[in-house]
Amino acid sequence: MSDTPASSLAAAAPPPIRDAKLPEGVRLLARRHRLRWYEGLPWLIAIGGYFLFPDYLSLGAQVFIAILFALATDLILGYAGVITLGQAAFFGAGAYACGLLSAHGWTEPLSLLVVAAAAAALVGFLSGFVILRTTGLTQLMLTLIVAVMLQEAANKASTVTGGANGLQGMVISPILGVFDFDLYGHVAYIYCLILLFLGWVLIRTLVHSPFGRTLTGIRESEARMHAIGSPVFRRRLTAYVISAAVCGVAGALLAETTTLVALDSLSFDRSGAVVIMLIVGGLGRLYGAFVGVPIYMIAADRFSTADPTYWYFWIGVFLLLIVLFARGGIVGLIERAVRLVRK
Amino acid sequence: MSDILSAAVSIAFHGVAFAMVLYLISVGLSVTMGLMGFVNLAHGVFAAAGGYVMTTLFNDYGVPFAFAVAIAAIAVGAASVILERTLYRRLYGGDELDQVLMTIALVFISVAGAKYIWGSEQAPMHPPALLAGHVDLLGREFPTYRTFVIVAGVVLVTLLWLGLDRTRLGAKIRAAVDNRRMAQSVGINTSGLFSFTFALGTGLAALGGALGAELLPVFPGYALDNLLLFLIVVSVGGLGTIRGPFFAALLLGVADTAFKYALPQFGSFFIYALTLAILLVRPKGLFGQIGRA
Amino acid sequence: MSEAALETRGLDRSFGALQVTRGVNFRLEPGARHALIGPNGAGKTTFVNLVTGALKPSAGQILLGGADITALAQEQRVRRGLARTFQINTLFRGLSVLENVCLAVGEHRGLAGGLFRPAGAHREVLMSAYALLERLRLADDANRLVRELPYGRQRLVEIAVALGLEPHVLLLDEPAAGVPSAESGIIIDVIESLPTDLALLIIEHDMDLVFRLARRITVLVQGAILTEGTPPEIAADPRVREVYLGERTGH
Repeated sequence: MSDTPASSLAAAAPPPIRDAKLPEGVRLLARRHRLRWYEGLPWLIAIGGYFLFPDYLSLGAQVFIAILFALATDLILGYAGVITLGQAAFFGAGAYACGLLSAHGWTEPLSLLVVAAAAAALVGFLSGFVILRTTGLTQLMLTLIVAVMLQEAANKASTVTGGANGLQGMVISPILGVFDFDLYGHVAYIYCLILLFLGWVLIRTLVHSPFGRTLTGIRESEARMHAIGSPVFRRRLTAYVISAAVCGVAGALLAETTTLVALDSLSFDRSGAVVIMLIVGGLGRLYGAFVGVPIYMIAADRFSTADPTYWYFWIGVFLLLIVLFARGGIVGLIERAVRLVRK
Repeated sequence: MSDILSAAVSIAFHGVAFAMVLYLISVGLSVTMGLMGFVNLAHGVFAAAGGYVMTTLFNDYGVPFAFAVAIAAIAVGAASVILERTLYRRLYGGDELDQVLMTIALVFISVAGAKYIWGSEQAPMHPPALLAGHVDLLGREFPTYRTFVIVAGVVLVTLLWLGLDRTRLGAKIRAAVDNRRMAQSVGINTSGLFSFTFALGTGLAALGGALGAELLPVFPGYALDNLLLFLIVVSVGGLGTIRGPFFAALLLGVADTAFKYALPQFGSFFIYALTLAILLVRPKGLFGQIGRA
Repeated sequence: MSEAALETRGLDRSFGALQVTRGVNFRLEPGARHALIGPNGAGKTTFVNLVTGALKPSAGQILLGGADITALAQEQRVRRGLARTFQINTLFRGLSVLENVCLAVGEHRGLAGGLFRPAGAHREVLMSAYALLERLRLADDANRLVRELPYGRQRLVEIAVALGLEPHVLLLDEPAAGVPSAESGIIIDVIESLPTDLALLIIEHDMDLVFRLARRITVLVQGAILTEGTPPEIAADPRVREVYLGERTGH
């Protein structure tokens, strides 16, 4: 054994093995990416919702947009472990890119989504380049600054962006030339659902890819990642840009379905809300977004009718309780429960 | 020409006053970050608390100004220790995100609490008669209160720096900030030291909030609205340093005043751009140390 | 003279006024079994950090297989065949043992940046990592989370991760540190069964381990090399005994 050269340290690449022949220890990891039955639930619910709640389709579209935003944010916050309070920068960049072009004659919705993604990705790349070289409080602060800067810019350039009044004059052509946005939200609902589905496919694929696993590694131990030869900065930046692009698509969807872009698409409220939604649902668990978003939006809706002071108070208390007792959010609690039941 | 000079003097004056307030509030944040490695986004809450306590004592109970400020600082500093021991302590050395969430939660609760107790209006701040009006300095008129803020700021900062440089306690704090683990192994009672430093930091913040109530209006959303500003001061200065935030506060205080005067249509945009530029070149801040243990 | 697997020339490192590494000229031969010893605070781990790139030197050169790597970042050095373990376990605690090693193997094979094919589909990576686990008798713990393992087994995982990189030069920083003596046997076995063409440098305090495993020993004191030689030479050197007089008592 002690005379073996380094080249045969690890086993030579074997021919492809069928699952059943894999050693038991390997099987779990080899099959982790397989689809589970419960992953179909959100889509069944969404499709069912179309038929069961015809009066709430516009709201439904907004929920899908928020879930897409949260999914994209989870990639960078939950998986890569970059603490950010400025995701609205990308959401708003996409929204304004879409809105500005639309108000000036470019009205085809699908291509607008592409442009929005590109615009947000650019913001992500430029800001990520600076931000990801810093750590801790400084990094957090920089994420805040980028969003605030964009918001200030949008506010002050009011002749172009409409400033505090919002961007007016958006026109959106029918999707694929056929489906026009209607007052009851039928088209918006399906449109946003399809895009959420595509976003989910993308994020899920990334999360299960080797790249996605290195993101988790970076979050778990950056020092170790450097020590195994991983180009940490490059991987993080890639995740940051992809996340930004998808956030931008979400922003553009909001713009297209409401034909309005306002400063709140860049606000700290929006950045903070998406983080809270993920915390409530469960970070880094892919489905935290699907659980946390509806719960948050329902709660927010309830409290906004009452005095907003109470909203701040209860959200603060709730966050505190989660941090102290239920860090994995709701999905985390479900996981714990399942594990207990299995024993 | 004399117009520009006049404007420059005015900007310098108001900028320095602003800087003093910013420094007093932010130095505690820098030190706790360096000492406990704790991301405390709720630091502004203590500044706001200082402002609220002072104005309530001064306006509603007729407590003399100096006493109101002193009581506010001491009361807030002492009360903060309770928070430190019950909540903050649980997350020392823990996940940074947990600390962010916990302190943001505290901010939210404080916003609601402040609104409930004091209403949504700005806390009224009228300088006491002695400090109201204008004072004549070198042939120009300056607002007395802001002059007082500058003088008081200089005195307090000097006391702080002397205290940290010359006393045993100060040496312990500096040692622990520089290298937490080493300080522990040398036998410094880090637990008690943490509590004391935390109280010192929040007490100073309360002091800054009280004195600066005229520059940074005290209202329920104070901690949230000014959060970015405080974070900029400590990041640009260099987290965990004591002198760093002073120069950062000076730079930012004067620059912000200058930009708002010269280019008001851009708002705070240039301050943010300046921050980004500085951190691009020096990610650890102007005085941040490279390679801390 | 053949090329050293690893070499440093005039390596210096200071923290302000404190010089922690002084003019270190060090050679690690291919296939070496070399130990670096010295009292606490001698700068052994600092040396490893300098060599691996975790720390930048104040002066001096580092060569890997004859090529100058002084300016290269950590990850680039790893890709050229340099691997290390940490004195304190630095692992992906929330991930399984198998996955920890897979990440290393994947990086080494250049597959870790893939965006679309699922990680689990790269069977060759999984099987290679699993084979490593079998060699280190960790296979039963393959799917257990690292943080659930006893410290001694985690230390083994630390070594497995480094081996997954198929290095030419391996730096082990106190591999048996913190491991109860009942469990350290397998670590010794693993080290003894490492490939013969692998250049190995071990930092250790445990003299029994050092004298058993090393063919050559370098003694580092206050950041500079005191002396270097074969185990008998070092054991007989009065200067070394003097340096260690206070260290020998109490493990």
